[in-house]
Amino acid sequence: MITACAVDDLPVGESVRISGDVAIAVFNADGEFYAIDDTCSHQDASLSEGWLEGCFVECPLHAAGFHLRTGIPTCLPAKKPVRTYPVVVQDGMIYVDTKSHEAVA
Amino acid sequence: MRTIVVAGASLAGLHSVQQLRNQGFDGRIVVIGAENHAPYDRPPLSKAFLAGTLAAEDLALAEQSDLDGWSAEWRLGVRAERLDRAAAEIHLSTGEKIRTDGLVIATGGHPRTLPGAEHLTGVHTLRTLDDTVALRADLRPGARVVVIGAGWIGAEVASTCRDLGLAVTVVEASPTPLARALGSELASVCTDLHLDHGVDLRLGTGVSGFAHTGTKVTGVLLDDGTQLPADVVVVGIGIEPATDWLHGSGLPLDNGVLCDPGCVTAIPSVVAVGDVARYRTPAGHVRHEHWTNATEQPAVAVRNLLAGTTLDTFRPSGYVWSDQYGVRLQLAGETAGADEITVVDGSPDDRRFVAEFRRAGLLVGVLAMNNAKLFGRMRRQLTTA
Repeated sequence: MITACAVDDLPVGESVRISGDVAIAVFNADGEFYAIDDTCSHQDASLSEGWLEGCFVECPLHAAGFHLRTGIPTCLPAKKPVRTYPVVVQDGMIYVDTKSHEAVA
Repeated sequence: MRTIVVAGASLAGLHSVQQLRNQGFDGRIVVIGAENHAPYDRPPLSKAFLAGTLAAEDLALAEQSDLDGWSAEWRLGVRAERLDRAAAEIHLSTGEKIRTDGLVIATGGHPRTLPGAEHLTGVHTLRTLDDTVALRADLRPGARVVVIGAGWIGAEVASTCRDLGLAVTVVEASPTPLARALGSELASVCTDLHLDHGVDLRLGTGVSGFAHTGTKVTGVLLDDGTQLPADVVVVGIGIEPATDWLHGSGLPLDNGVLCDPGCVTAIPSVVAVGDVARYRTPAGHVRHEHWTNATEQPAVAVRNLLAGTTLDTFRPSGYVWSDQYGVRLQLAGETAGADEITVVDGSPDDRRFVAEFRRAGLLVGVLAMNNAKLFGRMRRQLTTA
């Protein structure tokens, strides 16, 4: 588990980047928290800087969309999914379980 | 329509195939690609692929499963050589003729060259994967590189060469490159990136020729009489739209294939997309040489092609990006016509800022350096023409 930030620091529509061995982006999409790989599966861009719309984030560089729940890309130029991670909220803090990233087809 | 030929197998051609299937065309699609490669992404050619940090297979624009799903016939390594309008046939470099009901022209462009460079080794242009492989082979340790042209490609090649530890000189004919698009102050912030990274920058200087020993280039001769020693020269002075094959077809050509505002040519069953398409706008005909444009036009062009008439008009996002010297530049909208340019976040001195471009008070363009997040928000507020 790694600490993302306090719930109060991540209002609806916002995102935060957690650096580490693999950088992770955490989003507050309409009150639901999601964590995915921060680096776009297409080229080097930080998804935490992307445009959040519903349950999707659009890459800030080439507008590839990713589903936050599954990590699956919605359109070219991305072809590969990004990994998703379980998020735990406890005592007002947001944690990401980086050990059990969810493989997707 | 039973058969549609897509001439050009790069980004715009690929997106045209995808749009044809997405929009319900279930006939035969034949894609003609002059290069031997399946559709690949060109932006990394001046960056990670040139640096050797990205493999050729990672450039692929689509998975094989996508290509299979669209069930098009990919004729790669084959050029479209002539459009016979009367017979509705495309003549190929193989001698074959394909009868077609519709045509998407997506042939892109060829890099401009300089006279005197034709028979010299060591002088490169950069457009294709093969161009990049050839350039990379010449970028040996200690090579002295001269880049002609300080546009996006020239700047990115210069940046990559500096990363490789090579001495780089950039020669640019304009004393103020990018100034028309970005205004003089922000344009000089961009050109200053070269100086930040130890490039010898020669602005306002034309090239008069090349020095060589035998067929090997040894230097670049400048207008002011200077001779720059060079082992490798990269010419990045723009492209000419690839319309040669359409001469005699009856299609109006003028610095591209002339189209109506919906990318439809004078023949309703022929549309043009990407770098080769010059479409009509209230301000005159416009042609874009940018990645995003090649991904945006096919949706409109294909809709109009399948409808047989212009239902949709194209509205460009004007989005352009460039990665150079560790800095990410992003630009959207129509910055060229702005009467008011304001830095609204950060500072050019820190190489991290966002600037807005206004015309008559309306937000018409955004430029960001190293601030993708705010850029993404602001570009959605742009007033489109």
